[in-house]
Amino acid sequence: MSSMSAPASLSTPVVLPAAKAALWLVGTALIALAVYYFIGVDQGAYSVFGNDMHVHEFVHDARHFLGFPCH
Amino acid sequence: MEKKLILRGGIAGAVAGLLAFLFARIFAEPQIAAAITYESGRDAAQEALDKAAGTTPEAAGPDIFSRTIQANVGIGVGMILFGIAMGALFAVAYAVCLGRVGKLRARNLALLVALGGFLGIYFVPFVKYPANPPSIGHPDTIKDRGNLYLAMVVCSVVFLIAAVWLGKRLQPRFGNWNATLLAGAAYVVAIGIVMALLPSLGELSVNVQEYGHHATETPLPLTDPKGTIVYPGFPADVLFSFRFYSVATQVLLWATLALVFGPMAERLLNPARQTSKNPASAQPRPAGVA
Repeated sequence: MSSMSAPASLSTPVVLPAAKAALWLVGTALIALAVYYFIGVDQGAYSVFGNDMHVHEFVHDARHFLGFPCH
Repeated sequence: MEKKLILRGGIAGAVAGLLAFLFARIFAEPQIAAAITYESGRDAAQEALDKAAGTTPEAAGPDIFSRTIQANVGIGVGMILFGIAMGALFAVAYAVCLGRVGKLRARNLALLVALGGFLGIYFVPFVKYPANPPSIGHPDTIKDRGNLYLAMVVCSVVFLIAAVWLGKRLQPRFGNWNATLLAGAAYVVAIGIVMALLPSLGELSVNVQEYGHHATETPLPLTDPKGTIVYPGFPADVLFSFRFYSVATQVLLWATLALVFGPMAERLLNPARQTSKNPASAQPRPAGVA
């Protein structure tokens, strides 16, 4: 790949400083994982709202189709 | 920079989720409807058998949302939110990879990160525990199935990250091509071992007790006490179509994510090139092109 790669000016030398960007990156990842959890898992294997099934029933079809275990 | 990348990831994810929803609405919903029709018919047959045997059948739970809501609104909200969440995760992975995984153009890096997301978050877990339409899956085993599926997702994502790290380590010694092949092979071996160790869903103890040894939870033909088949097993064509469209949707989602995010990231990361292109091109052209 090295011999075929784009000119250096087009590649991505930008390195985000880990410490400075960490807050935003970690925060975003956590929120995204929470959404993933509520769409895919909550009120199935686990439930943060007890016996309620509203989230599960509402996204029911998406949950099946995105590959999560259901029922 | 990281905020701008995350915003673009969210936008690309929303577009990808919207397309995935439209695709799912057209291709998946008929299969889901067929699966639910099968389930209703099977429940009715089971009820008749229970009545004949003198046991009272279990009452079904009330429907909180109608099928119309689930099949039009619920799946849309679910797919678009999933797209945004994956777009955000994608942007985080992209920001971490920037400049750390070799000399790559912004667009090409977007394609590779999306390929990683598709494989790590969806397709590799799917190989072990494929997506199932309604009526497949016993309610008693949901906890085990959920845990096993998440274990597959975690393993495949962690191993994928480890494989990228390994590839980077091997690159100085073996070169790009061989280092990539070696890291890929290590990933396949590691995830293969995990797949071999985790149980098949049909072999969960609850299922073995109730149904005997089977590979999956896909419903078999329903028989009366004499062994006559009174209701068929789950239709194979519906199962195949459902899974095929499920994979196709994820391909569409991750590809859209990469193709929408890539050019935006390139414009963000190479602003100099965009401005220098217009006035009397600063870069020397290769001979023979002009």
